[in-house]
Amino acid sequence: MSLQVRERRLGWGLLAPALIWTAAFFVLPFLGMVALSFAHMEGREVVRGFDPGNYTRIFTDPVMLGALWNSLEITAVVTVISVVLAYPLAAIIAFRVPARWQRLALLMAVLPFWTSYVVRSYAWLLVLGQNGVLNQALLGLGLLVEPLEIASTRAATVIGFVHFFVMLLTLTIYANLIQLSPNYARAAQDLGASRWQTFVHVILPLTLPGVVTGAFLTFVLCIGDYITPQILGGNTELTLPQLIMLQLGRSGNFPLASALSVVLMAVVTLAYFASSRWLRLDRV
Amino acid sequence: MTATVSILDVSQRYGLATALDRVSLDIEAGEFVVLLGPSGCGKTTLLNLIGGFTEPTKGQILIGDRDMAGVAPKDRPTTTVFQDYALFPHMSLRDNVAFGLRMRGIDRATRAAKAEAMLALVGLEGRGDRRPHELSGGQRQRVALARALAVEPQVLLLDEPLGALDLKLRRQMQDELKAIQRRVGTTFVHVTHDQEEAMAIADRIVLMNAGRIEDQGPPREVYLHPKTLFTAGFMGEVNRIPVTGGRAPFGPVPVPDGTLCIRPEALSARGTLHIGLCKVEDAAFFGTHIRAHVTPLTAPDLRLVVHLPQSQTVEVGGVLDLGAESHVVLQE
Amino acid sequence: MRLLSRTYLTLAYVFIFLPVAVLVAFSFQDGRLPVPPFKGVTLDWYAKVLGNDDLVAALLNSLLVAIVSSLIALILGFLAAHALARVRLPGSALMRGVFIAPMTVSYLIIALGLLNLFTQAGIRPSLWTAGIGHVVINLPLCFAITYAAMGDHQRSAERAARDLGASEWRVLTLISAPMLAAPLAAAFFLSVTFSWDEFIIAFLLTRFDVTLPVEIWSMLKSGLSPATNAVGSLVFLVSVSLVILLELTVFRKRS
Repeated sequence: MSLQVRERRLGWGLLAPALIWTAAFFVLPFLGMVALSFAHMEGREVVRGFDPGNYTRIFTDPVMLGALWNSLEITAVVTVISVVLAYPLAAIIAFRVPARWQRLALLMAVLPFWTSYVVRSYAWLLVLGQNGVLNQALLGLGLLVEPLEIASTRAATVIGFVHFFVMLLTLTIYANLIQLSPNYARAAQDLGASRWQTFVHVILPLTLPGVVTGAFLTFVLCIGDYITPQILGGNTELTLPQLIMLQLGRSGNFPLASALSVVLMAVVTLAYFASSRWLRLDRV
Repeated sequence: MTATVSILDVSQRYGLATALDRVSLDIEAGEFVVLLGPSGCGKTTLLNLIGGFTEPTKGQILIGDRDMAGVAPKDRPTTTVFQDYALFPHMSLRDNVAFGLRMRGIDRATRAAKAEAMLALVGLEGRGDRRPHELSGGQRQRVALARALAVEPQVLLLDEPLGALDLKLRRQMQDELKAIQRRVGTTFVHVTHDQEEAMAIADRIVLMNAGRIEDQGPPREVYLHPKTLFTAGFMGEVNRIPVTGGRAPFGPVPVPDGTLCIRPEALSARGTLHIGLCKVEDAAFFGTHIRAHVTPLTAPDLRLVVHLPQSQTVEVGGVLDLGAESHVVLQE
Repeated sequence: MRLLSRTYLTLAYVFIFLPVAVLVAFSFQDGRLPVPPFKGVTLDWYAKVLGNDDLVAALLNSLLVAIVSSLIALILGFLAAHALARVRLPGSALMRGVFIAPMTVSYLIIALGLLNLFTQAGIRPSLWTAGIGHVVINLPLCFAITYAAMGDHQRSAERAARDLGASEWRVLTLISAPMLAAPLAAAFFLSVTFSWDEFIIAFLLTRFDVTLPVEIWSMLKSGLSPATNAVGSLVFLVSVSLVILLELTVFRKRS
């Protein structure tokens, strides 16, 4: 047996466990879900076949279309706000905070990242609720006469999301900024660029892949999240994941839930292709 | 421990590119062979084939008369000193040097003793507890050498081992390498692109170009009697003078037609192949010699490089009477 | 630092820490509701939480699932990264893509797909099925981190070890893994914190034995209570200790 053949055999041997795992518990379930999305319910029985009825329903039923639209809107708003807030924060930590305090400043900026995900949304409820800290403080200061109704609205969902993703993006953008050689900025300024011009023409383009990668992750995590809209947004305005969970829970309609998931997946795939030019997923 | 190496009609292709083109080479046991050539000439490919890191597309490699086809690097009687040393950063020097012995199932005490002896051989006695990152480049180089020699390979392969060292250290390590090779008697196959290094250490230089062996022989032979123009140019600076119909640009010469090659240091007033009066265009002091550009009065378009003794007074614009002490004539 | 930067930094920290501060503060609330006014300090809620067998069981379940699933993900990811970094195989770019792909898929979809699969295969939801799901989400992370850490330096040390007679197993255990100790540890601890905090997969794929986030979720359904604050604060304390420990050991050493 030649060396190359032996080498390859070894390579496949090392790859096999991860490949099999991914095939069995990621690819196969996904294909199964796609197949199931073309089934339909008769009473409480799943009838398999090729019935595009679930998809027709998703794109005609106003409740379903509304949920899809809500998810897209919330995700878009959250992604934009988070990037806009996180970039300056990361830049200040990378360029303004003295070197010896940087690690600490960064660690502090992402510390609440490590609170339990469920608890974090709950904590925002305590802040934003009708008797919450924010309302009580503003009423106490005489800035408000009536308490604000933020909890159980889209605003609460967005705030909860932005809080989480600002931390995530600060981390990824900081990692990008700190890798840049300071000589790029020096060279630009040496050639007569102002600070602003240096940022727009040199720093921003160089960090774009990192920003896009972070924004894409934000998009994926945000559009697929159930907890935050469920706790903070309440049931007044459904998002796609809430609708999916509703199908599972109330009616046990797995085919419809699968179809909704496929749509969710399709949206994410579109976002992937829209940003793939700059994506660096293997270097997160 | 030492062995012969035979490369029999070996070719290596990567896709459409040919890295080695029907190369054959016999290396004697205990010989210090240097594979010399510009980057991309195939010298490292050849070394990797001997070490077993790649397998030839065609041809056969024998080490000590044993066919190496299908034999993995770990089972070959070769070890390699890598260009980047590849020391294990998480192990002490002792563990690094003893690694190969550990893989051969040798007990701890024997291993430690042997490692210490090898470290002593390369001048690092008593430093077995240190870690690679505490060492300078030259010291790392020595550890890599000790590690490769500790398993007593029949053939030691060295892949540009001195490439990362500064010039002064490189010259010093060359001498040590040569001395160590004499002591252990192992066959050394050493790859480099530095012709001075090659001449300093080699029993035989194998000069490679574009996947083929261009020339080979002892340093003196390859330098003074190159077989091709490429060899002449690669081994050192050379003046190339076209000769047709027994005439060079500066006058008739008693040599066959071709390219007359004369090394700068072969040009002097004592030279027997007469060139004639030459005007000095510029001159610079180089320490060991004076390097000057001259133009024969009879051939104003020909510029020659001359190395003159440091004691000589050379004035720009002055005139020297020059001839070649040695020369070769080569065909394109 | 200029004034503008300082102001921005301060506001950012206030925003980031506001919910955590409120959470922790009202976990000491001497009253029934974790909202103002603050009625005084008590540790009753912590005592209550730590005396709650369901919660403690859920916490241990979470730890078990997190550690076991992260270990599996780490080993699978490391072996795959090692193979792809070392052997030239056909379609290796495609395979890198396949390993990273779960990172771009919502956890909800992964959970739903597995739920379908297990239901059809007649496998009941349990900590095991949730653990399988957690390996799926952490494998990309472990793979990406270890693959990115395998540089030329690593490859050439492995080559040297093979040259000196090491078998592949010994190359892995004596050279590759020790040289990658820091990224391996980082990947493992990140996986543990992700798994330990994961809700939707655990929610859909467990039934009688549940993990901590699922248990907290059921506490939330019965309304606001300082007990939930106490649990949240405890989880935060554990995670933060882990992160600080990691920062002080693994990352300090590397820089």
